[in-house]
Amino acid sequence: MNRFAQLLDRLGFEPSRTGKLRLMTEYFKTAPDPERGYALAALAGALSFQYAKPALIRGLIAKRVDPYLFALSYDYVGDLAETAALLWPAAPASADQSAPAHRLTGPPSLSEVVQSLATLGKADLPRQLAIWLDALDETGRWALLKLITGSLRVGVSSALAKASVAALGGQTGVAVEDLWHGLAPPYLDLFAWLEGRADRPAASNPAPFFPAMLAHAIEARDFETLDPAQFCAEWKWDGIRVQAVSGADSSGRNIARIYSRSGEDLSAAFPDLIECLAQSPAAGFALDGELLIRRGGKIEPFSILQQRLNRKTVSAKMLAEFPAHIRAYDLLWSETEDLRPLPFLERRARLEALVSARGEPRLDLSTLIPFASWPELAQARQDPLAYGAGADVGAVEGVMLKRAASGYLQGRPKGHWYKWKRDPWNVDAVLMYAQRGHGKRSSLYSDYTFGVWRSGSQGPELVPVGKAYFGFTDAELAKLDHFVRNNTTNRFGPVREIDHHPARGLVLEIAFEGLNRSSRHRSGLAMRFPRIARIRWDKPAAEADAIETLEALLTPKLGPG
Amino acid sequence: MAAALVALTPIGLYCPGGNFYIDPLRPVPRALITHGHSDHARPGHGSVLATRETLAIMGLRCGQDFAGAVQIAALGEKLKISDVEVSFHPAGHVLGSAQIRLSHAGRTLVASGDYKREPDPTCLPFEPIPCDLFISEATFGLPVFRHPPASREIDRLLASLKTFPDRTHLVGAYALGKAQRVIALLRAAGYDRPIYLHGAMEKITEFYAREGADIGAVRKAEARDGDLAGEIVICPPGSLQDAWSRRFKDPVAAFASGWMRVRARARQRGVELPLVISDHADWDELCATIRETDCARLLVTHGEADALTHWAQGQGLEAEPLRIAGYGEEDMASQEEASA
Repeated sequence: MNRFAQLLDRLGFEPSRTGKLRLMTEYFKTAPDPERGYALAALAGALSFQYAKPALIRGLIAKRVDPYLFALSYDYVGDLAETAALLWPAAPASADQSAPAHRLTGPPSLSEVVQSLATLGKADLPRQLAIWLDALDETGRWALLKLITGSLRVGVSSALAKASVAALGGQTGVAVEDLWHGLAPPYLDLFAWLEGRADRPAASNPAPFFPAMLAHAIEARDFETLDPAQFCAEWKWDGIRVQAVSGADSSGRNIARIYSRSGEDLSAAFPDLIECLAQSPAAGFALDGELLIRRGGKIEPFSILQQRLNRKTVSAKMLAEFPAHIRAYDLLWSETEDLRPLPFLERRARLEALVSARGEPRLDLSTLIPFASWPELAQARQDPLAYGAGADVGAVEGVMLKRAASGYLQGRPKGHWYKWKRDPWNVDAVLMYAQRGHGKRSSLYSDYTFGVWRSGSQGPELVPVGKAYFGFTDAELAKLDHFVRNNTTNRFGPVREIDHHPARGLVLEIAFEGLNRSSRHRSGLAMRFPRIARIRWDKPAAEADAIETLEALLTPKLGPG
Repeated sequence: MAAALVALTPIGLYCPGGNFYIDPLRPVPRALITHGHSDHARPGHGSVLATRETLAIMGLRCGQDFAGAVQIAALGEKLKISDVEVSFHPAGHVLGSAQIRLSHAGRTLVASGDYKREPDPTCLPFEPIPCDLFISEATFGLPVFRHPPASREIDRLLASLKTFPDRTHLVGAYALGKAQRVIALLRAAGYDRPIYLHGAMEKITEFYAREGADIGAVRKAEARDGDLAGEIVICPPGSLQDAWSRRFKDPVAAFASGWMRVRARARQRGVELPLVISDHADWDELCATIRETDCARLLVTHGEADALTHWAQGQGLEAEPLRIAGYGEEDMASQEEASA
């Protein structure tokens, strides 16, 4: 466990991709079996045990540390596993040489931890965890707690972990990816092959992931050089980009998988889609599209989709309430043919044929927007309803431009695909409360609650309308943090109330993507994706916007109904 | 009542009986200064009473005319200011750092300034002074802060130098105190190569050497020295990421600070090798020190005051936070340190 913990620790501080690769490859070269196999599984997100809930960690630490001191520490550190690892009292063995019981146990190996977690009953977990925590140092404790809660967060994707292990045998990540679904931890056969001690493992992936093609955000000057006649336009759908792949395994059974745009396997969360994709009569395909929720004959906005995301398993109720849908816009593979070298328009024709042949209600096409000039497309972007978005208008977040003659190129090549998002809305609000952030921004006051004016019984008063966590640079954050510390008028636990007097308050220009009615907020409004567009050090708080400005934006077209 | 001995004002701690301030934030007629860090030792006071070393450091950093008049406080010597008895005692924070003890009408107060308990080869160790009222700093006043032995962190730096012999090891350290302590610890660990310095810490480091610290061969890192692959270069934290650091060979960014105990703090600064070396007391040291002073009342100044106050109340002490804006932002004030 200690070597794995040190690896995680260093990965967490290593900023560069190549640096991370080097650290992992070095580890895989020198760590023994089966330890390195379980490490690979952990890094690639391939371990399956019942993850411990944060409440379990809180419970363990509550027995050992004053709850108020824990709360302050957690607020400061901003990460539960790290807080608990730092606060965990030193085991008797490290303080007292004469306590042999703990000495004999020693720190657990990663294999021991993974194997125990797979078999351990729920009731036995807290006791076992405490024994391990006592035996580990603080880095080991941190790594163990990260592992058992299922989120390592050291900036390593599944693809990067596979690429690093592939480098052992001079292979590419894709070669490992192709085998992956036939392998299981601790991957003794994989390591044996990569080290030249055995043949390539037989299993291959019937439904592999193809690296995605990504778009650039378009800039005003791009329109001067781009010829509208060479481009196709589609709506930019506000869902999640996915790749849906289907293929037959060695026994002839159809296998379907859904991947995120980075290659993460999302299949388990979308059994409804998998079932429909696997029913295919076709021998195989890989299509690129947007995962959305479609019900009542229309595509729902992102706020609805969000309720089905980030779940490891999904209930029958959820399946019924939030039916998943794929709106396809590209076809990369068909039967045995790699379509990626073909021009967009040809792939598009093949896609249209495939979608209509399948005739599935959960799969449809993203239509093309006819346009003759950039100004015309700009109009469509402003008013999707008038340009054919129909009932799905609530899920449109701009337009996509795709060069008709371009092949499907992995990565983010220049000059082929552009996204042109809808302009955000802006409002000038006043900073009211601040709280310390989490993760990278822990300990800095980086979470800001802001409000706008409304008329109260004693004249104008501020009503909170949202919270923003980003949109500022590190230098601006340092200034904001300083402002918060020097203008605190009250404290409510971790929350600081900031001076928001009409003459002294700080005005924040907030950009946001949408506005809904909400009964959960005092103002009755909820902003989508609010962030700080500008800090108006120059503007008196009294001149910030009033609630009426926001309410005017709540036209029926933009609301959820 | 100790309240008669000091009062909290927006400028800092004020002693009405002696008509002086301790570490005032703005120019005042009479100031007592605990140590030379810029958030405590500001220029422009009418007169300054401080240790000989602190006065010398203020002269180096703020210019020789930093105050109208200066007076040296010898450690342990009892002075009278009006009818308040004043004495300075080592605080173990940086060279010249002192706690200030005030006594009047049978009541004793100690203002800790900044302090630590871990031995430091570059300054005198902290002396616990019995008192009725202790005013403690709480920079690291949370139980997550437990500093490992500094020598262990120095070993990690030397191990990294062995692993990456072709990379420059750039160590961010505050210009006054931390930089010289890191150098002295490296010497104690047997590292005898020249150590390269950012220009901002040259004068203070020379002063430390004159005062007897084991600094060994140090050189200002000049452009003509090239990329200094495999060498140790010490710079103010603010310079780790700025244009100045681009001349070095694929540098490993290290930062010697108690904040490095928390991962997010290291990541916020793009630090790859966090070294937990602090000149402030950690949680256990704060608690132990408060017990040793045998005080009945505790005031907690800059830092994480809430947790320490809570702990002290649980120990049966009368305790409250003393909120003074402007101190303990050493970590935020890296630009200031860099230019110092």
